[in-house]
Amino acid sequence: MNKYILIDHTADIGIDVFGASLQELFVNAAFALFDIITDLSKTEDKIAYKISVSGIDREQLLVSWLSELLYLHDVKNLLFKDFCIEGITDNQLNATVWGEAFREDKHVIKTEIKAVTYHCLSIIQEDHHWKARVIFDI
Amino acid sequence: MTDDKYKIQKIDDYRWRIPREGKMHVEGIVYADEHMLKEIQKDESLQQVINVACLPGIIRHSLAMPDIHWGYGFPIGGVAAFDVDEGVVSPGGVGYDINCGVRLLRTGLHRIEIINKLESLVNTLFANIPSGVGSHRRDLKLSQQEEKNVLRDGARWAVSQGYGTKEDLEYIEEKGCIRGADPELVSDRALERGRTQLGTLGSGNHFVEVGYVSEIYDEEIARVLGLERDGITIVVHTGSRGLGYQVCDDFLKVMINASRKYNIELSDRQLCCAPVNSQEGKEYLAAMACAANYAFANRQVITHWVRESFGGALHISPKESQISLVYDVGHNIAKFEEHIVGGEKRRLCVHRKGATRAFPPHHPNIPDVYKSVGQPVLIPGDMGRCSYVLVGTEKAYTDTFGSTCHGAGRVMSRGQATRSTKGRNIAEELKAKGILVRADSRATLVEEVSEAYKDVTEVVGVVEHAGISKKIVQLKPMCVIKG
Repeated sequence: MNKYILIDHTADIGIDVFGASLQELFVNAAFALFDIITDLSKTEDKIAYKISVSGIDREQLLVSWLSELLYLHDVKNLLFKDFCIEGITDNQLNATVWGEAFREDKHVIKTEIKAVTYHCLSIIQEDHHWKARVIFDI
Repeated sequence: MTDDKYKIQKIDDYRWRIPREGKMHVEGIVYADEHMLKEIQKDESLQQVINVACLPGIIRHSLAMPDIHWGYGFPIGGVAAFDVDEGVVSPGGVGYDINCGVRLLRTGLHRIEIINKLESLVNTLFANIPSGVGSHRRDLKLSQQEEKNVLRDGARWAVSQGYGTKEDLEYIEEKGCIRGADPELVSDRALERGRTQLGTLGSGNHFVEVGYVSEIYDEEIARVLGLERDGITIVVHTGSRGLGYQVCDDFLKVMINASRKYNIELSDRQLCCAPVNSQEGKEYLAAMACAANYAFANRQVITHWVRESFGGALHISPKESQISLVYDVGHNIAKFEEHIVGGEKRRLCVHRKGATRAFPPHHPNIPDVYKSVGQPVLIPGDMGRCSYVLVGTEKAYTDTFGSTCHGAGRVMSRGQATRSTKGRNIAEELKAKGILVRADSRATLVEEVSEAYKDVTEVVGVVEHAGISKKIVQLKPMCVIKG
């Protein structure tokens, strides 16, 4: 099964993300974010970061998680490739993420993402199938 | 497909009404011609006009300009004014790129003087004005204190540091500094994102474009604006960068809680808001003003480097290039303004998201030299066609809270644009049309290809026919740098 698919949104870009668990859903959403930003085949796991975010519910937690990664990308010019979620509830997430710093001679930036929006945000669970929709502002 | 969801009635050839139904407090008014309306109805943007009409304290209408397209929460191309006592302020009604806007510069140069030097000019601009991930000028470093001065003083800070002249400030909306900015309300994260991004263009649809006046529709007003046929112009389109995105992000979280606290029902979380007069509302507006000031300073610093680039590439002095501001105005902002409602003067909080302020002649907030003609408005088109300079009108003041369109508006998603241009070399195609382009990323060029946008001429035609702006000149591009 696909980790995610792109959905067309006139001005912005959206994703439908899939996972067999809430954990996998969040991992795949993070993967999608950086897969849109860069060519991940050229990115290596050189630096690890510990991340801890919270939210009032699962949906906001997803936005907080992706926004945290985007913030690190913007401020420290980091590209992340691998994500390990060590603990997740509806309101709290702890993770370790791996990636490396952007280098002009090695990496490409396909799309600059400005922000993770709350627009059309949803997380749906049907048995072991989780699906989320997120729209990015670009 | 969308017809069954809402009614739409024709008012005249350029205006459409969405009647008040259900939870709408006011009706929706859409500025578009029939053909455009059909395009607009293909996505969810009119539903978004309706959603905005349901917010508390909205005054008169939920408005959509002809360049409307599907945004997040509020539509892009939307205008909504709220009562300061009963109404709300919403970060989603401003957008992430707070005070993203356009600055138009004129020069003393004629098209034939630069036509053979475009290559050098575009390369110099591209080298001097940072764009792309992590790039910034080493000669512009801000301490946190200095950054807070930027947030408080806006373009005035830039001028005090030698980026441009005091005269420049006269031709910026609010003279380049929105009052009420409180840097202490801006998070450390936002400050961190902003510290290295001042004087950078960013990517996507942001650009610096050198062009010339290709058509004049009103000689007298063009003269007042200092625009002559074949005169070289420069357009700077950028905003508040990561600092603005972070301010929006931070306050969306605040507003999601505030919407619950004040029992405001939301059809989309991105519409979250708080009463204008609440603590949350006031704090957002004070932080938003900081980001707006950062954007004014950003365009001011870039203007300085445009001036240096012209000098360096063309080997001419500032006296010869005579680069000066026509005007600088934002198109993602919420502002307190006075408007006449039901015959009474009222103070309103006007949200413009992808819409431009277009004040009429004799309005107190426009520069003295433009008093007789109205506020200049620059409407950039896509990189292959043209842009327009308009002025605001009395009708805009009475009908649209002094607002007009802001650009062409996308018709294709970025994915569609990429698919439809497969195998084409956009830079070469533009070069064949006499337009040189430098972009940090090749993806930007295909995503920003002409046909991904509505024809700006049609968009401008609607606002002119509807009487909310007057067309003065057309500009054609010669060279463009993009992020």
